[in-house]
Amino acid sequence: MNWMAGAATAARLLSSRFPGSRHGTPALPPSRLLASGMLAAGLSVSCLLGLFAAPPALAQQPASPPLAAKPAATIPPEQTFNIGVVRQIPELPPWVAPLQMPPDDLGIAGAELGIRDNLTSGRFLKLDYKLTTETVPTDGDPLPVAQKLYDAGNRFILLDVPADQLLRISDAMKDSDVILLNVGAPDDRLRQEDCRANVFHIVPSRSMLTDALAQFLITKRWNNWFLMVGRTDADKLYADAVRHSAKKFGGKIVAEKVWDYGPDARATAQSEVPRGTQVGEYDMLIVADELGEFGDILPYNTWLSRPVAGTQGLMPLSWHETMENWAASQLQSRFFKTTKRLMRPLDYQFWEGVVAIGSAGIKTRNSDVKTVRDFMLGPGYDLPVFKGVAATFRGWDHQLRQPIVLAQPTNMVSLSPQEGFLHQVTPLDTLGFDKPETKCKFN
Amino acid sequence: MKRPVTLAAGLAALAGLLMIDALPAQAGPRAFISNERDHTMSVLDMDSLKVIKTIKTGRRPRGITASPDGKLIYLCASDDSRIEVYDSQTMELVKTLRSGPDPELFVLHPSGNPLYIANEDDNMVTVVNVNNNELVAEIPVGVEPEGMGVSPDGKYLVNTSETTNMAHVIDTSNNEIIENILVDSRPRFAQFSHDGKQLWVSSEVGGTVAVVDPATWKIVKKISFKIPGVADEAIQPVGIRLTKDGSKAFVALGPANRVAVIDPKTLEVEKYLLVGQRVWQLGFTPDEKVLVSTNGNSNDVSIIDVASEKVTKSITVGRAPWGVVIVP
Repeated sequence: MNWMAGAATAARLLSSRFPGSRHGTPALPPSRLLASGMLAAGLSVSCLLGLFAAPPALAQQPASPPLAAKPAATIPPEQTFNIGVVRQIPELPPWVAPLQMPPDDLGIAGAELGIRDNLTSGRFLKLDYKLTTETVPTDGDPLPVAQKLYDAGNRFILLDVPADQLLRISDAMKDSDVILLNVGAPDDRLRQEDCRANVFHIVPSRSMLTDALAQFLITKRWNNWFLMVGRTDADKLYADAVRHSAKKFGGKIVAEKVWDYGPDARATAQSEVPRGTQVGEYDMLIVADELGEFGDILPYNTWLSRPVAGTQGLMPLSWHETMENWAASQLQSRFFKTTKRLMRPLDYQFWEGVVAIGSAGIKTRNSDVKTVRDFMLGPGYDLPVFKGVAATFRGWDHQLRQPIVLAQPTNMVSLSPQEGFLHQVTPLDTLGFDKPETKCKFN
Repeated sequence: MKRPVTLAAGLAALAGLLMIDALPAQAGPRAFISNERDHTMSVLDMDSLKVIKTIKTGRRPRGITASPDGKLIYLCASDDSRIEVYDSQTMELVKTLRSGPDPELFVLHPSGNPLYIANEDDNMVTVVNVNNNELVAEIPVGVEPEGMGVSPDGKYLVNTSETTNMAHVIDTSNNEIIENILVDSRPRFAQFSHDGKQLWVSSEVGGTVAVVDPATWKIVKKISFKIPGVADEAIQPVGIRLTKDGSKAFVALGPANRVAVIDPKTLEVEKYLLVGQRVWQLGFTPDEKVLVSTNGNSNDVSIIDVASEKVTKSITVGRAPWGVVIVP
């Protein structure tokens, strides 16, 4: 779908309905429409400027926007940032808990909010942002779709595709003038031996997530972990990350099991889980179940009264629906206003990806790929991500370093890095692979 | 029959006590402190340094200011989307004003009218006539407008938008944006010096304060902060106050739990004062001898002696104190 469709019509409609006067008391303030309708429709910047900046009599002439920053001599010509999105729908698990049912616009809604935020900021500097989103079915091929977006002029492409597909796209576009933003694949190998110079990772890696959890557990002195691993490859990778974090921060895996009660044990959980969790003493059951096949039936069914963490229970995440602090409630309410639902981690990662470009653009004021890329990796870049501190990119693997939320399903519990985990450069680099451990070699 | 009589007498006595309590000898200045998380406003007697009253307000009170004569207290009740106006003597709610959605912070024109309100959720500044509650204008600005400053001559209004990372300069004669100044991440607060020759803008996440020359709207200097033993990420400047004589500036540094003392002439940091946790906004007494800081995470305010640059006392107020204004 092309998100920009119909914008011109919307612009005409609005500018004729509200002939510019905002000094009186209009029945429906135009700026309210600006927030909800016009930006959502993806209006071009010049229309916005014409509508709001010109004196009433001139309101319908979109020319000569006086809102742009001065001095005029330093303004480059109007810049457009074309941002594309490719989302491949993942395979659905055997069953989906009603509360976890993915909305149709999962992720995409975050990108749309990101564009609106970029436009609200960019209009003061004559910066335009356009979004084109493409959804690929589970068994489809995202490569030609990404290629098509590139051919249509998109120089910044968000990818929510499996790791292998991401590598295919990245390699096919090796010599293209493009920045790829990984917003969905948490695989550590994409930041390590399989890193690519044209890919920036917005989504936290698995090891960033498990490190964030490990720091919290160590802070609580819940050092002995029972690891329960699901049947998928992704679960095994999550378990690898948990083992790595245990080693890194001093956690001890005192027992380990593979879940072998089938894909849907809801009906027999009360009898099977107690039997399956008799492994002796431990502090915390850590579950690796990325699909959500069994993790949610573990709490309260375990043999001992021990809490659950990992992919279910207390979860390390990029974001949570209940985040409120650090002005997060503003982002949440902006998201809710247009979608009438809460912002999920994938929505947030898409939003971060789009705003990562917008945030660079406002400083470079130039949509040239190399200029944006250099700025994103430079010292002047800081991305406010509503988690207390600014996020920046790691030069050695292009991972966005950012705090990780620890949340149980209905409430945020903590934010890592935890206090006391020190680092010579930034505490954020205690999460994930730090420079000395990197196996990434670009080119 | 005895009990009700006793109870009535007791109530009468209690009422009498309350009356006395509510109307102290109106000698010293009083600080009004908005408590974001328990929806109240604490009134602090600045002579005795005691909380003399806690007023129930609208939900999520944040920005707070006073009329130039000190008679009226204006308060943003963010979650109720209105401005509440209190009589600073009787401490009663006088009226409410329209605010636009989610008002966070505002500033009064130096003449006392109109009121310029940042609508954090709606990318807008709302201008309201405080006398008749009329909407004067709505000015579209960047994402999450927050900080509001007005030049001493009232000609310029400055609004910072937290996510757009700009300070928008607005000509108050026609409510048009005339300049956009890019600053560091999450600009929170804007404050003009009393001679109008400097504009200070704090960037919470960027960790800096930009000092702007209003003659050119160019940044003269970005002040950054270093505190031994405190991570750079924890240094998050928010509230700013400058003395009228231009000799001292104070900047609240959020989770660094410090207030920085800066020389506005050299723009160098001279000292850091340890206050309560997550220090947010600041307010002077009318004689500028005392500065009060609101400390959101320790639920108290710190009293700072301006001359000696020392923190002399902390006083428990409500939950998550946000802003403070002190009237004669």
